[in-house]
Amino acid sequence: MQESVHVGRGGSRGTRYLVSSGLLFAGAALLAAGCHGSSGDGNAGEKKSADKKEAESVTITWWDTSDSTNEAPKFKDLISKFETKYPRIKVDYQNIPFDQARDKFKTAAQANTAPDVMRAEVAWTPEFASLRYLAPLDGTAAAEGIGDYLSAPLATNHYEGKLYGVPQVTDALALLYNKALLQKAGVAEPPATMDQLKQAALAVKAKAGADGLYLVPKGYFLLPFIYGAGGDLLHTDQKKISVNAPEAVKGLEVALDLIKSGAAAKPDLNSGYNQMQAGFKDGKVAMVINGPWSVADDFSGKAFADKNNLGIAPVPAGSTGKSGSPLGGHNYVAYAGSKNLDASYQFIQFMNSAENQAYLAKELGLLPTRSSTYKLPETAQNAVVSKFKSVIDKAVVRPTIPQGGQLLISLDQQYPRAVSGDKTPQAALDAVASDYKQFLKDWN
Amino acid sequence: MATAVAARTPARFRRTWDKYWYAWAMVLPVVAVLGVLIGYPLVRGIWLSFTDANEHNVAAVIGRLHLPDSYRFIGVRNYQSGLFGAGTRFWAVLGRTVVWTVSCTFFHYVLGLGLALLLNRPLRGRTVYRVLLILPWAVPAFISAFAWKLLMTRDNGILNYALSALGVSPLDWLGNDTLALISVIAVNVWLGVPFMMVAILGGLQSIPLELYEAAEVDGATPWQRFWHITVPGLRPVSATVILLGTIWSFNMFPVIFLMTGGGPGDATQILVTYAFSAAFEGVRDYAVSATYGVLILSMLVVYASIYRRALQSQGEGAW
Repeated sequence: MQESVHVGRGGSRGTRYLVSSGLLFAGAALLAAGCHGSSGDGNAGEKKSADKKEAESVTITWWDTSDSTNEAPKFKDLISKFETKYPRIKVDYQNIPFDQARDKFKTAAQANTAPDVMRAEVAWTPEFASLRYLAPLDGTAAAEGIGDYLSAPLATNHYEGKLYGVPQVTDALALLYNKALLQKAGVAEPPATMDQLKQAALAVKAKAGADGLYLVPKGYFLLPFIYGAGGDLLHTDQKKISVNAPEAVKGLEVALDLIKSGAAAKPDLNSGYNQMQAGFKDGKVAMVINGPWSVADDFSGKAFADKNNLGIAPVPAGSTGKSGSPLGGHNYVAYAGSKNLDASYQFIQFMNSAENQAYLAKELGLLPTRSSTYKLPETAQNAVVSKFKSVIDKAVVRPTIPQGGQLLISLDQQYPRAVSGDKTPQAALDAVASDYKQFLKDWN
Repeated sequence: MATAVAARTPARFRRTWDKYWYAWAMVLPVVAVLGVLIGYPLVRGIWLSFTDANEHNVAAVIGRLHLPDSYRFIGVRNYQSGLFGAGTRFWAVLGRTVVWTVSCTFFHYVLGLGLALLLNRPLRGRTVYRVLLILPWAVPAFISAFAWKLLMTRDNGILNYALSALGVSPLDWLGNDTLALISVIAVNVWLGVPFMMVAILGGLQSIPLELYEAAEVDGATPWQRFWHITVPGLRPVSATVILLGTIWSFNMFPVIFLMTGGGPGDATQILVTYAFSAAFEGVRDYAVSATYGVLILSMLVVYASIYRRALQSQGEGAW
C-alpha cells in the first residue's frame, strides 16, 4: 500500500497535485483512444534490425517509482553493477513519482511507448495484466529461483494462472510504539490483543501525559481491524462482496471504540497520516499502526533520537485471536510490447538476486521477498527488517483482481463518516458495498 | 453558413468570395486549429458517451499486438444509469454544485464590486492596494489551495492556533461536512474576487464622470447615484463577468480536489470532481466520463442561453 508511503514521504500536498496531473493524462488518453496507430506492420524490418542489435548493445528503460532522494541512489548503484556485468545492455533509469506512475504507464502502454521494465505496486499488477500490458514471466530468466520467494508477496503476481511479475519489496502494517512512553505508563509488553491495546493506550493517556494511540482514518489502516475480526473486503472465490458482513462491521466497531473511549486520539479526518507522524515523532503519541516505510521518518523525530526507543510488534490480534495485516509492496513487471524482452528478463533477474535484495535491505531497510535473503548476514544487520519479517509471514494478501486498486477508495470515504458519527458502522460499510457493486457487476 | 448561401445563390457567393477570399484565408488556420482542438474531441466525447468504451475495449498497440476498438454502441444506457440507476449520487452532487456555484458567484460579485468601488476613488497608495488585492489571482490556484489546506489543518493549522489564542475552541475546518463546504467556498471566493474587482473597476472607469456631476448638481444622494448611474452603467460588464464566473465556479476543479478531494466522504464533491473520481479511479471508464462531460456541457449551454435571453429581453443584448 504505497499511498501511505508517499503521503509520508512527499506530504499529501504533493500527492494531490500529482493526482491532478493524472487528469491531464486521462484526457490525453481519451483522445489517444480515438487515434490509434494505423501504420503497417513493420515485422520484416524489425527482424532485421533485431538481428543486427544482437551484436550491438541494447538499451532498456526502467520506470522506478521509489523515493527519489533516499532510495533511488541505491537502485542506481545496482544498475551500474548490472551494466558492468552485462556490458551489452544499457539501462535508462527514470524515476517516476509514484502517484503519477500508474496512469502514466497505462497511457504509454496503450500506445506502445511504455518502458521495458516497470516497478508496479502489488494492486496494479493484476490490473495491468488484465489489460494485456504485461509479458508473462513463466520460464524466463526473470522467474529464476521462483521457489525461493515468500509465498504471500509472490501471490500478488499471479493472474489467470500466469506469472506477470516478481516481488521486489514487500511491506505490511505493524504496531510501532514508543518504548519510553509505554514504560512510563507501566506497560511492560507491547499489547498483543485489541483489548490490551485499549488498556495500554488508556494507561499511557492517564500516566504518561501523551495520547496512547493514533489511528489514520483511511481504508488501508482499517484493514487490520477487519481482518482481525475475521472479515475481509471480498471473498474472491465465491465472488462475494463481504465488506458489509457482520465480521467486517465488528472490526470497524473495534476501531471506533478505541477512538470513542479516548484510547486513540480523535483523528484528523483530512490529513490524519501527517498528524499521526507528527505526533508520534514528537513523543506526543505512544503507539501507531504503520508500515516499514515510515520507520526512516520516525527516526528523524526527537522521540526516536535513540533508535532503540522504537518498538515494532505485530498488529494486535482481533476477536479471532489472529493478527491481520494487509500485504503491500512492489513488483518488477515487463511490458509486453518491449523489443528487448530478453534483456528485461535478465535485468529483473539481476536486480532481484538474493545478494542485491540484501544490499537494499541493509542500506534502505527494504523488506526482501526471497527467503534466502533473510538468511544472509547483511540482512540480519538491519534490525527493522528482521523485526518486520514475522509480520510479513502472517500478512493477508488483498484480492488479486483487476479492480483491486479501487477497493480502498470507497473505504477511504466511508470510514471517516463512521468516525465522525454521521453514519453507523453498518450504514458506512453498506455504502462501500454498494460502491463495489458499481465495478464488480456480476458479484453479489 | 457560407455553403448554405452558396447553394441558394452561387453568383452572390462568387461575388462575396472574390471580394473577401483573403478574409476566409486568414480565418482558415484558426478554424482548423479549433476544429482539431475543440471540435474533434467534442464530437468524439459525445459519441463515446453512447458506447461502452473503457480501458479494456479501446484500441491499443502493444508491441506487435494491434488491438482494434471493440466497444459497442449502447444508446442512452450510460445516461440512464448515471441519472437514474441504483446508487447514483448525481442529483445530490448536482444540488451541492448549485449551492457551490451560486454562493461562490454571489460573493465574488458582491465583494468584487465593493472593493472596486473603494479603489475607484482617489486615495493614497491606491496602486499598492490594487497590486495587493490582485495577488490571489496571480498565484497559481493549486499553490493557494495547498496553502489554505495547511492553514486549515485541525491540529497544527494557524487558523486553529489563532482561535485557541482567542480562547475559542478550535474548529475542524475541513473535517466537518457543512464546515468543509463553507471552507472550500471561502477559499474559492478568495481566489476569484480579484478578477471580479479588476473587471468591475474597468467598468466603473468607463462610466462618464459628467453623469455623476450632473446628478450631484441635481441633488441626488450617494445611494441614488449608485443605484441610477453606477448599476446601469456596469450592467454590460456585470452581465459578462457573472456568466463567466458562474461557468468557472461550476467547473472549478483544483480547489476542491486539492483541499478535500471531495471529502469528508463526498460532502464537498461537485460535478467535475465527482466525474473525475467516478471515471478515472481504477480501470478507466471512458464512456462514463464522456457522459458526465456531456451532461455538464449541456447544463451550462442551457444556462448560458437562458441567461442571454433574459438579458436580451431587458435590452442588454450587446454581446
